[in-house]
Amino acid sequence: MSRFPEAHPQAVPAVEIRGLSTRFGDLVIHREIDLDIESGQILGLVGGSGSGKTTLLREIVGLLAPSEGTIRLFGQPVRDADPQRHRRLRRRFGMLFQHGALFSALSVHDNIAFPLRELRTLDEAMITDLVLLKLGMVELEARHARLMPAELSGGMVKRVALARALSLEPELLVLDEPTAGLDPDRSENFVRLLGMLQKELGFTVVLVTHDPETLAGLATRLAVLADQRLIACGTADEVATVDHPFIHNFFSSSRATAAIRPGAS
Amino acid sequence: MNRDAGSPPVDPVQVAEVAIAVVEQNDAGQLVLSGAWTLSTMPQPITAFEQRLSTLTSGSPGWDLAAVSRLDSAGAVLLWRAWGRRWPASLVVSPAHRAVFERVAAIAIEAEPARSRDGLAWLVVPGRLLLAAASHLLGMIALMGQLILDLAHLCRHPQDIPWREFSANLYRGGAQALPVTALIGFLIGIVLSYLSALQLKTFGADVFIVNLLGISIVRELGPVLVAVLVAGRSGSAMTAQIGVMRVTEEIDALATMGVSRSQRLVLPKVLALAVAMPLLVLWCSAAGIIGGMVAANLQMDLAYGFFIDTLARVVPVANLWIGLGKGLVFGILIALIACHFGLRVKPNTESLSARTTSSVVTSITVAILVDAVFAVLTRSVGLP
Repeated sequence: MSRFPEAHPQAVPAVEIRGLSTRFGDLVIHREIDLDIESGQILGLVGGSGSGKTTLLREIVGLLAPSEGTIRLFGQPVRDADPQRHRRLRRRFGMLFQHGALFSALSVHDNIAFPLRELRTLDEAMITDLVLLKLGMVELEARHARLMPAELSGGMVKRVALARALSLEPELLVLDEPTAGLDPDRSENFVRLLGMLQKELGFTVVLVTHDPETLAGLATRLAVLADQRLIACGTADEVATVDHPFIHNFFSSSRATAAIRPGAS
Repeated sequence: MNRDAGSPPVDPVQVAEVAIAVVEQNDAGQLVLSGAWTLSTMPQPITAFEQRLSTLTSGSPGWDLAAVSRLDSAGAVLLWRAWGRRWPASLVVSPAHRAVFERVAAIAIEAEPARSRDGLAWLVVPGRLLLAAASHLLGMIALMGQLILDLAHLCRHPQDIPWREFSANLYRGGAQALPVTALIGFLIGIVLSYLSALQLKTFGADVFIVNLLGISIVRELGPVLVAVLVAGRSGSAMTAQIGVMRVTEEIDALATMGVSRSQRLVLPKVLALAVAMPLLVLWCSAAGIIGGMVAANLQMDLAYGFFIDTLARVVPVANLWIGLGKGLVFGILIALIACHFGLRVKPNTESLSARTTSSVVTSITVAILVDAVFAVLTRSVGLP
């Protein structure tokens, strides 16, 4: 198994991480991480609690600066000094936060319309159509558009947040614990919805999750973070062959194995 | 593929200047689109582009979208709107792109319910305000009643008294407010003394500066200044704290642990300000008198010793009690109002900021109203 997936001859990888290290004071989170995520892949980021999964995610979207190393999205550095380019790059990916991060002062409609209005090129009628379209995509109804975020259930918050993340037609979708806090039934629904939209729209997905079923339902590749390093990256079967206590532990849980590697027992 | 063979061939029409979206008419009379029809490639004045598209549609030609490389929902919505929200008579499109259009076609076209114009609309706003004021008043009375019940409970069960919260609030609302109240009091004293001295000099009534400063600062300015400062400082902090605890469901967590929110959150704040405010009033008034004394000394050569001697003679001690009493009442009211508005915060950021603002504004207004009541009730007390 190779730690660096072979790059497609022409295509630039959606995410390209080179020599990334992160330190908070004396605490080392990541050491020398290299990772490529090809366009159209769904990469599940796995690791124990405190292994820096969410930190890595935040670095990918440029909310945090790594101590060393570079991160490129679609071949461009994610923290671009040029504000114009930086802005254009930011419009090419969407992020779904763990708790939705919906603007609580805005209605569902205005939450989804927000990124569209920020473009300042679309007229209101078109924005309304697009908002209704996105709501339909995440299987919500038009009447939900008038609700305030405080009036939504946990599953609906995730759906609205997904609709907002999708509103600019992103090429890359970054998901932080997309199914955390949902009951198994809703979580399964959400995973199915994500998978369906990914197939239809073809975006790249990076997700962090603790839930084996979510991983199994979505991820085409796994990347495993442990001991501050990326210890494995590949398909579930490839990752399972890597000799590491965390991986043993992870795959030994019967629930995980049943979900991720239905073939193996 | 159904092509309208009847239409005459037209020269290619270039609609968009950019390479992203080209519209031309082929020999079969169909409009041929190519390029990437996506949100990021749309030509800039989008309304102008939409208009051009709809003029092209007016002859209801067929559409050939087979050459379109990318189509996202924004592009599909744009075309759908140009088509008048229905499928064109003939359409050539790849299956993947057809799916995108199918999604767009499924959008519920929702007619906004027309707002009914009511003849009594002018009454609604003041009516709402009145109802809100009444509900706040009732809420305050209920909170006060709850506090009295809590106090009675604590008298019977002294081991339940929340000493830690009380002392924390006393420190935050009292001790930490000492520097700013002293500074403000001192500066106001200087300004007041300086301005009064200018006026008094013209009458040759220089020595009355002591009476003037003594009565006005001890009786009025000290308590009101401290009330305004504490309402802005501690009142806003209390509302925000309780409000955030509402937003994050911490108050519900407390309730499930059997901890009374009024006993643990509201009561310590009210008691702490009730204790701290009179002391702050004393402190602020002292700073004001000292500021006035310094200014009088510099401007009119009034000796410090003379000032202090005269002060004790011309300002009856009743004024001090009135000032301290005001401090006590203001403190209780500010804490009560702050907690009341904090508990009314709804779980969203907008409500938090709105409630914090109303908390401070209401506290200051109520303090000044109560000050006026004090002035009327004590009009015959403490004046020489």
